[in-house]
Amino acid sequence: MMENVVIRTVSRLAVPFIQIFALYVIVHGASGAGGGFQGGVVFAASFILMIIAFGMPNVRRRIDNRGIMWLSVIGIAIYAGIGFLALLMGGNFLEYAAIEAALGIPHLHGILIDLVEAGIGIAVMAAMVSIIFDIAGNGEESS
Amino acid sequence: MIWALDFALLLFMIICATAAITVKDLLHATIVLAAYSLIMTVLWAEMNAVDVAFTEATVGAGITTVLFIAAIARTRRSSSD
Repeated sequence: MMENVVIRTVSRLAVPFIQIFALYVIVHGASGAGGGFQGGVVFAASFILMIIAFGMPNVRRRIDNRGIMWLSVIGIAIYAGIGFLALLMGGNFLEYAAIEAALGIPHLHGILIDLVEAGIGIAVMAAMVSIIFDIAGNGEESS
Repeated sequence: MIWALDFALLLFMIICATAAITVKDLLHATIVLAAYSLIMTVLWAEMNAVDVAFTEATVGAGITTVLFIAAIARTRRSSSD
């Protein structure tokens, strides 16, 4: 990996802002453009920038395959859990109004939408990072 | 919808799409495909499909370009046919 202090410093500064923007896109998805998928992809793009700037082994040491697998499972579990919770409460799949009516908490559907978007974002981010690791990596520790 | 801007964008998009499938070097084709995706983003945003434009910008111009470049780095760069 080529030593370049400009690239490293700029990426070290840019990565937190990209991740904050990704979280903004995820949370803002209910009321405007964006959503869980786009936010997750932007979050994964910050990891791609880290891979380009610092090299694959440095990033690989901080993010292991087991953590990525668990993140993707947790994301899907949040999404499907809220969806099937609506089924249990007597509504359709992902029908937030049914949960809100059953629990009696006002404005619960907004929180539920944000939770579902966060689950989608986590799952998409983990899947994208896993794909990048498998394709751009040298094939080591591909378990 | 501005007529002249639409025409220019569509023309450039067709040129980029044609170039992406006719150019021999696969790295050149990937970069031209990213440019095609960028123009497509502007077109979607101009058609008031902001969500689709956002997805096109992140996935089309961002992730797939990196994936293609990574795939090219692991294989041969020029196509044989």
